Amino acid sequence: MSTPAVEVGHYQEHHQSFFERWFMSTNHKDIGTLYLCFSFLMLFVGGSFAMLIRAELFEPGMQLMQPYFFNELTAMHGLVMIFGVIMPAFVGLANWMIPMQIGAPDMALPRLNNLSFWLLPFAFILLLSTFFMPGGAPAAGWTMYPPLVLQGGESIAFLIFSIHLLGISSVLGSINIIATILNMRAPGVDLMKMSMFCWSWLITSFLVIAVMPVLSGAVTMVLFDRFFGTNFFNAAAGGDPVMYQHVFWFFGHPEVYIMILPAFGIISEIVPTFARKPLFGYRAMVYAIACIAFLSFLVWSHHMFTVGLPLGAEVFFMYATMLIAVPTGVKIFNWVTTMWKGSLSFETPMLWAIGFIVLFSIGGFSGVMMALVPADFQYYGTYFIVAHFHYVLVGGALFSIIGATYYWLPKWSGHMYSGFWSKLHFWSSVISVNVLFFPQQFLGFAGMPRRIPDYNVAFANWNMVSSIGGFWFGATQLIFVGVVIHCVFFSRAKASSRVWEHAYGLEWTLPSPAPHHSFTVPPVVDDSQLVQTGATAH
Amino acid sequence: MSSSNCKRRIVGALAALGALLVSVAASANPVPWQMNLPYGVTRVSHQIWDLHMAALWVCVALGILVFGAMFIAIIRFRRSRGAVAETWSHNTVLEVCWTVVPVLILIGLATPATLLTREMYNATDSQMTVKVTGYQWLWRYDYVSYDGKPVTKVPTIWSRLAWDSNRARQLDSGVSPYSIVDQKTGYHDYLLDVTHPLVIPAGVKVRFLITADDVVHGWWVPDFAAKRDAIPGIMNDAWAKVDKPGIYRGQCYVLCGQDHSAMPIVVKVLPREQFNAWLATQENPARLDQASRTADAAAPKPLPAKG
Repeated sequence: MSTPAVEVGHYQEHHQSFFERWFMSTNHKDIGTLYLCFSFLMLFVGGSFAMLIRAELFEPGMQLMQPYFFNELTAMHGLVMIFGVIMPAFVGLANWMIPMQIGAPDMALPRLNNLSFWLLPFAFILLLSTFFMPGGAPAAGWTMYPPLVLQGGESIAFLIFSIHLLGISSVLGSINIIATILNMRAPGVDLMKMSMFCWSWLITSFLVIAVMPVLSGAVTMVLFDRFFGTNFFNAAAGGDPVMYQHVFWFFGHPEVYIMILPAFGIISEIVPTFARKPLFGYRAMVYAIACIAFLSFLVWSHHMFTVGLPLGAEVFFMYATMLIAVPTGVKIFNWVTTMWKGSLSFETPMLWAIGFIVLFSIGGFSGVMMALVPADFQYYGTYFIVAHFHYVLVGGALFSIIGATYYWLPKWSGHMYSGFWSKLHFWSSVISVNVLFFPQQFLGFAGMPRRIPDYNVAFANWNMVSSIGGFWFGATQLIFVGVVIHCVFFSRAKASSRVWEHAYGLEWTLPSPAPHHSFTVPPVVDDSQLVQTGATAH
Repeated sequence: MSSSNCKRRIVGALAALGALLVSVAASANPVPWQMNLPYGVTRVSHQIWDLHMAALWVCVALGILVFGAMFIAIIRFRRSRGAVAETWSHNTVLEVCWTVVPVLILIGLATPATLLTREMYNATDSQMTVKVTGYQWLWRYDYVSYDGKPVTKVPTIWSRLAWDSNRARQLDSGVSPYSIVDQKTGYHDYLLDVTHPLVIPAGVKVRFLITADDVVHGWWVPDFAAKRDAIPGIMNDAWAKVDKPGIYRGQCYVLCGQDHSAMPIVVKVLPREQFNAWLATQENPARLDQASRTADAAAPKPLPAKG
């Protein structure tokens, strides 16, 4: 196998001070690390809100907080987890892996990369500071529906400004990813030989660029209604509250795919490695992601089936939504078929990938059920919805991010982590996440509305089970902190450059830990290092 | 223990579980450990329940198929058992199959769903119209028409959380939610009881015109499967024809501020003659006076508090 010419150490000769390295960095790995550490921190911030929410819901009656504070927690939990955890974690993984997977020295626009990261901490300082303002944090849910959001205090200006910053940050990050993938691929890394992770991010980036400005527009209208006397959403002056919902969900639905397409890419990397078999249907996988991305623009109103849409619109959005199940099903079937007749081993990343497939499928199933308009009339606004999107975002997106961390951490740090503790982390997470969210489906069927701090005693039992699962899942994530810190700073076990026996892709041709600048000279690529396309089954 | 004895026990347990599921499904109000949608009391709610169960079983079947295949692979194709990986990664026939078959399954689900949606949108031929208005945090009901005639003399019903629940729900109230019980039925109605329920006749197609005065609310009675967002400036409609008299409960389902959990919906369905008699007493001008006075006393000024 040809070893790419890598000038290890050339750039490391220039000693960087701590401040230079971590605050002024234009290096894709350092910025990737910053993104990942930031989202890790935010996971515990958003997680602590979730723990408070589950504590209040542990039993009926109000025990811990006023209902308004509960609403602040639910809103901020959503905003922090979506914009502070899932999205930055995926961008961090993109930063680390894309240049290494396409044979590039760095991202195409390194200074822009620095800017897009450093907008995030300031955006979240603005957002989280609203807890300490008169009137409290925004309390109208992460969806920020007017007219309710307009009743919030002055703090909603901070909310909206932080969303603008987050939008700019993710758009700049996406521009960078597109520029990198389209311009910086080493000779021989054709688009249709590119890793699935790069493919998923290329398509996701276009979604981000298309819809983040739409969200900015929606919240800007809210800002004007609140502070500058306009009446976009004020029915009394001819405005239309439903218009906000249309604009918001035109952003919001592609947004959920922004949070899951990179996960598809990650799983498509992990499964073939540990099945020791090429990914089944590579082309179909690429087309399926593109197809899902396209359809995601045509289904937004399934978030609004009960707002009083005309019959034709209900039916159209029902069909379009159900159609998404087809390419998504193709992906699930392809992963399972990749495992079929492979030679499976179950290292930690594979466990998380299998956990992902099961949990994401459960979330997908409930998604198909709620695509049916009449059924959705009974589900809408209940805990069934909460269970659905937590299955796809925790069991899906978060599980894939943790799996990706366990997959590439030896490459990043040069050390192996504890097999025992990382597997314990998995088993404890996968059991507790079901104890946490499965009963929420029952609560939804029984009619418990979402976003309520208090409930009838009939809902008490399942809520208590769910809360126990919640505390268990939350505590389990502390194992993750321990495993990562141990691996990076204390582990003595050196990782080989290949790390995993059957890992394919250019990142595995670099030494572990990867040199500060990935490929200073384009590698000589032969196809055996890229995606394994394999033969046709007979 | 003999094996037949054991078998009988298992059958008994399964029958008990089945009975529990059915009884849960038939119950009008949420019950502890409830796991499924209520079957409801209208034709539409029954049809939705059937559709829901069909979709659920389709999902269960697909889940068994996909997860089953995966777990077989996990057990059979382990490297630790000496499995050698094959190298194929395409199979056009298989790929076409699992693209086309799901489409057919989805068409199978979408067809009844489309017909049912059309029925749910058909509020024509209703014999009664009630206007429902959401406020922070109570419901207002106005009878608009009944039997083809406008209803003008029946006072507005202001329907807000019952006072015992309201006391108990305060932070550190010291009142257990379990102590809130309907005196007549013994039902634990914490957060599911109101001062004045909406009263409608049984066996009559009632159209609800749903709107809101301040922020978006949601009006929903699960047993009727009648549900629409209550949005300021917009008049939505839903309908229900309830044949079985009784008391039916629901809750606001759109986040509407701090007391979102405290604006339940209670609908009392009376046999038609009883309802007509009730309506006549409501129309009595003296009664009207008294009703508006009690309504004033019961529900303090219904002006929405602006944040």
